Amino acid sequence: MVMHIVDRRLNPGSKSLENRQRFLRRAKALVQGAVKKSSQDRDIKDVLEGGEVTIPLDGMDEPRFRREGGTRDMVLPGNKKFVEGDWLQRPNQSGAKGSGAGEGDSEDAFRFVLSREEFVDLFLDDLELPDLAKRKLAETESEGIRRAGYATSGSPANISISRTVSRALARRVALRRPRKDEIEALEAELAECDDETRRRELLTLLEALKAKVKRIPFIDPIDIRYRRFETVPKPVAQAVMFCLMDVSGSMSEHMKDLAKRFYMLLYVFLKRRYKHVEIVFIRHTDRAEEVDEDTFFHGPASGGTLVSSALVAMNDIVRTRFRPADWNIYAAQASDGDNMTSDSAVTGRLLTDKILPVCQFFAYLEVGEAANYTFDMPDSSLWTLYERLRNDGEPLSMRKVSERGEIFPVFQDLFKRRTSQERV
Amino acid sequence: MGSSGERLFEGADWDFQTLQRIHDACEEVARKELGLDVYPNQIEVITAEQMLDAYSSVGMPLFYKHWSFGKQFAFQEASYRKGLMGLAYEIVINSSPCISYLMEENTATMQTLVIAHAAFGHNHFFKNNYLFKQWTDADGILDYLEFAKGYIAVCEDRHGRETVERTLDAAHALMSHGVDRYPGKKTLDLRAEEKRAGERRQHEEAVFNDLWRTVPNTKAKSKAALTAERRRALLGLPQENILYFLEKTAPRLAPWQRELIRVVRHIAQYFYPQGQTKVMNEGTATYTHYRIMSRLHQQGRITDGNFLEFLQSHTNVVFQPEFDDRRYSGFNPYALGFAMMQDIERIVKNPEDEDRDWFPDIAGKGDVEGVLREIWSNYRDESFINQFLSPALIRRFRMFHLHDDPAESQGIKVDAIHDERGYRRVRRELARQYDVGFVDANIEVVDVDLDGDRRLMLRHTTVKGAQLNETDTRRVLQHLADLWTYDVALTEVDGTDKVLKEYVVSPRAAAVAA
Repeated sequence: MVMHIVDRRLNPGSKSLENRQRFLRRAKALVQGAVKKSSQDRDIKDVLEGGEVTIPLDGMDEPRFRREGGTRDMVLPGNKKFVEGDWLQRPNQSGAKGSGAGEGDSEDAFRFVLSREEFVDLFLDDLELPDLAKRKLAETESEGIRRAGYATSGSPANISISRTVSRALARRVALRRPRKDEIEALEAELAECDDETRRRELLTLLEALKAKVKRIPFIDPIDIRYRRFETVPKPVAQAVMFCLMDVSGSMSEHMKDLAKRFYMLLYVFLKRRYKHVEIVFIRHTDRAEEVDEDTFFHGPASGGTLVSSALVAMNDIVRTRFRPADWNIYAAQASDGDNMTSDSAVTGRLLTDKILPVCQFFAYLEVGEAANYTFDMPDSSLWTLYERLRNDGEPLSMRKVSERGEIFPVFQDLFKRRTSQERV
Repeated sequence: MGSSGERLFEGADWDFQTLQRIHDACEEVARKELGLDVYPNQIEVITAEQMLDAYSSVGMPLFYKHWSFGKQFAFQEASYRKGLMGLAYEIVINSSPCISYLMEENTATMQTLVIAHAAFGHNHFFKNNYLFKQWTDADGILDYLEFAKGYIAVCEDRHGRETVERTLDAAHALMSHGVDRYPGKKTLDLRAEEKRAGERRQHEEAVFNDLWRTVPNTKAKSKAALTAERRRALLGLPQENILYFLEKTAPRLAPWQRELIRVVRHIAQYFYPQGQTKVMNEGTATYTHYRIMSRLHQQGRITDGNFLEFLQSHTNVVFQPEFDDRRYSGFNPYALGFAMMQDIERIVKNPEDEDRDWFPDIAGKGDVEGVLREIWSNYRDESFINQFLSPALIRRFRMFHLHDDPAESQGIKVDAIHDERGYRRVRRELARQYDVGFVDANIEVVDVDLDGDRRLMLRHTTVKGAQLNETDTRRVLQHLADLWTYDVALTEVDGTDKVLKEYVVSPRAAAVAA
């Protein structure tokens, strides 16, 4: 009998991708909740890795008419010692319930694996750059120019010679402007001609032609065409993210860890919006320096605390390397809130005059120790200062964080999609 | 090709020529020795990922889109990745040609096993078993699925995905009650079905259904009111195929919704025989591959090493954990089926006195293949076990019967064991576990209140006191009410018509508006 072998291995895979998307779409709210919950206990590095989530089956159930209870009869294999008429203890109430594969009990939770993209998408789905930042985004768009056809007016530098000449040629042909060789031929004939009547004839003809040449210019102003240019707004597709951190002795590992988590989230978030994201790490004690990532988080440092030093450093770097017109600038500052009292005025001024005007977004994250006592303490000097600035209408976002688990809610809170122009 | 000597393959590698050789060798044994009669084979080589894909669309090569399959896929993918679940070596589809999927990872030995198992064992069963003959149309199924997929996609474009999804959700919830349990006048012809679908809709749209006249009738006639008897007769009640009833009589369904219900119903019907023949189907396939592999080994066409490799997978497949084993999850259909087929072989060839008493018809008859083919064609799990489970096998499995009456405070009673007094009872109870009549709840549409609020009335006749799970039942009834668009009432009664519980569910507003 004929047998066919078909090689399906090269067929497009993921035939069930659409079903999967439908499922995710339907379960969106639930999955999103689960993603947030599961990301709380995760290392930030792993946030991007996707992974397993568990959602309640509520609304995703596929109910069937199922029966339960009643008298049950069953036949089992493997009898060892029972004889007819024996009585067996009931296993504690639960009964023998088959654990169905993804079905079964509708109260069951449902576990499955999300891919990296799905995870990040769901995680950041309801987040958005604040309106404030978006307004600025529009303003800082740089302008490019592009060719946009031809115009009848313009600067002489933009004359399009080829277009002008071809129009002139067309006009000359249309108006039958005598060609040069035509006149030359007549003149040559005239020079050799002895016949008086013919000469006169030729002369009038020549004169008529020459007059016509004069009347019809080689290039008329109406022929002239200029190259036209249009200016178009070019969105800035790159961003720089400044990470400012106080590394003075009072910052514990725990605090740095919190800050790191926040920075990484911000990075992931910006990365989704911009093609190119650079990170600048500035750490400061009473002096500020730009360092690499490893030093930033792990390098030893000691000294007092001057926040303004970091802002000065940032301002310098912005001036030299990141023109605000070309770059979207984001800054996140983490600190335990300590600052020299004498520094407050300088810091405030720097922020209002230099830093905030060029930033799309400036977030201040005050990190505290794991035990929640930060909330009982009076506000730190930096917090007090920033709060005052914010009340004056400066676009500052600020939050306090003391537990790992709070990072995600705080981040989400900062970038939540907002309907009105409320301030964060 | 000679019947002995020549090796089919060396080592674990294979290519398409190898598959062809394997197929031909298996076919020779299957036809000449076992006398199998199969649909033409089509063997498709797929990857593990495609196997997962196939899992989530109930094993069919093409299927309409629905979120529940995505859910299934997500679940299976998760357990596969964690290593909780191995993938099947093959999937075989009851169609003509009979399509078997082979995984590319399988070794040559495994491919031989799978071809013998699926392309001959299952294939023969599909083609010859009376249930499959009666209820499925192997020639038409793939075309019908193609039609269904296309039709549903068109509906989604035309009526919106949400609406279509709602209808399908509801139909899926009732799927287990969308099959005809008793054969009707004609066998299923899915090809004609597809062609007729369009014409039927046009016709029904054109014809006015007098049952649902909302404008008051002339006085004389309306008051003469259909008597209850006549009304039920007109509606074809009682009706246990709820989906069929909805398709034909639900008052406010759009024609395309009826067609969707019909699609779901046909698919449920297509799978109906599979649920009733698990033990037999797997038993047949396992017995077939065992015979074929042994013969190939005997002929020297596969090496001792290959044969040992085969035996190892075979042993895994037919492993039956005992009831107190952590791995126990009911009878393994492969194990039970294979054991019974081998046992029948023994009875036919070398019966003991006991077997002669129990199976006078087949004991010592000699023609093993003939007897087995006859059995494969004419039984389903329930009747098969009821007839052919022998005392010897009951002893071998050390089967025992437990009776758990919740009213009994002493606990669970051991009602019968593998002894002279118990054989028949054990056998009867085991057969009953496979009886669809007991497995599915017995729910019927009994009446429609045509004079009043058009309430649809269902009745669940309980068996042995098992009632419906309330949460799920409410949800299913909600779906049913949404399709019916008026109230739906379900009454649970016991054998003496005593009412145990009543449900009444009203349709959701969105469904009524639709």
